[in-house]
Amino acid sequence: MTMPKLAALLVFTALLPQALKAQETAPDVLVKNVTTEVVELIAKDKEIKSGNRAKLMQVIQAKVLPHFNFASMTALAMGQSWSKATPEQKKQLTEEFKTLLVRTYASALAAYSEQKFDFRPLRAKPTDTDVTVNVRVLQPGSQAVTIDYSMEKTANGWKVYDVMVGGVSLVANYRTEFNQAVRQSGVEGLLKTLHEKNRELEKK
Amino acid sequence: MNRRINSFNEVVDENFARPVAQAYRDNIHVEIRTRVANFFGNLADPFIGINNILQGKVEEGFDDFGRFLINTTIGLFGMHDVASEAGVEKHNEDFGQTFGRWGAREGPYLVIPLLGPSNVRDAAGLATDWYTDPTVESVRPIRLRNTMYGLRFVNARAELLDASKLLEQAALDKYIFLRDAYLQRRRSLVYDGRAPRERDTEVNEPPEKAVK
Repeated sequence: MTMPKLAALLVFTALLPQALKAQETAPDVLVKNVTTEVVELIAKDKEIKSGNRAKLMQVIQAKVLPHFNFASMTALAMGQSWSKATPEQKKQLTEEFKTLLVRTYASALAAYSEQKFDFRPLRAKPTDTDVTVNVRVLQPGSQAVTIDYSMEKTANGWKVYDVMVGGVSLVANYRTEFNQAVRQSGVEGLLKTLHEKNRELEKK
Repeated sequence: MNRRINSFNEVVDENFARPVAQAYRDNIHVEIRTRVANFFGNLADPFIGINNILQGKVEEGFDDFGRFLINTTIGLFGMHDVASEAGVEKHNEDFGQTFGRWGAREGPYLVIPLLGPSNVRDAAGLATDWYTDPTVESVRPIRLRNTMYGLRFVNARAELLDASKLLEQAALDKYIFLRDAYLQRRRSLVYDGRAPRERDTEVNEPPEKAVK
């Protein structure tokens, strides 16, 4: 190998990671791919269709959760109360909130997986680091339900930090509940409430 | 007071509305339920059109009248939503939203007996909706009209079955969760889905949020 060729190869190898990063999946493509894949998986799986929750949770855990930033979601949902929590409490709160959201998400998915989805093209600049990806669920007799994913760009790709269903932000909807619980019984009280709620749902 | 009416509504729902809606969904084939949903959806379209025009959205308003004409004729009395398939979108409008567009404040959150979440503006809107929506009211004989009212109600409740299950699951306090979801939803509808986003509003919560 001649020197110039070797030099070119070296430069190319050095630039490769950069080039790969630039090619990371766009947020709207990501949402479309994940939704399509999960809905197809559910449609094909007889066990999930007949109500096997554990299996549905496995699918969500493997395919959906990696694209969510639960720490961000919890911080946003806590609002001002977030600063009152210790690092350990923050970790626990995130874990409990995640469990609650995932379970709700699983039910929603089971309910709506047979509907038609309409993925809207992203309206954002390539330099944006905070975007909203719009999906619509079509249903007979009424206006389509919109699902808007608020996503932020991180070192590990795009992550969802809020989901708005029909204009209702999940994160905002929990804020009053969380703040009220913290006002009444502190961060520890909220943790306890979340924990009990999750355990109660587990039994069902 | 709101909480007490809310509890009353829950009892009525659990013992009457929800079981009827569940039975409807379990026993009637989805094909028929879709026709029923489309039929009542179609009857609402001219009314939605009027509200769009009152809000200055003339083009959308004409789309709604167009939908009604197409679906009533080609779509066999609205049972088939051919307009949506042709790309003429269905909208969601009512007088509560129109008043909001005109600048009316929401006022305090209200729970209306039997009907559920509302606010002062939407309650006034609802009264106007009923007063101006002649589609089912003018149906005769009375027995047919009442059957239609009943079916419309069951259809509407059945559409909410999944949502109400989700609410049970997701909420720590059902009353607060439903209230906040309702207020957010209505705000979003007034803006036609272009309400300010979560992160942008984080610091400045709208003052209405504080109303208990």
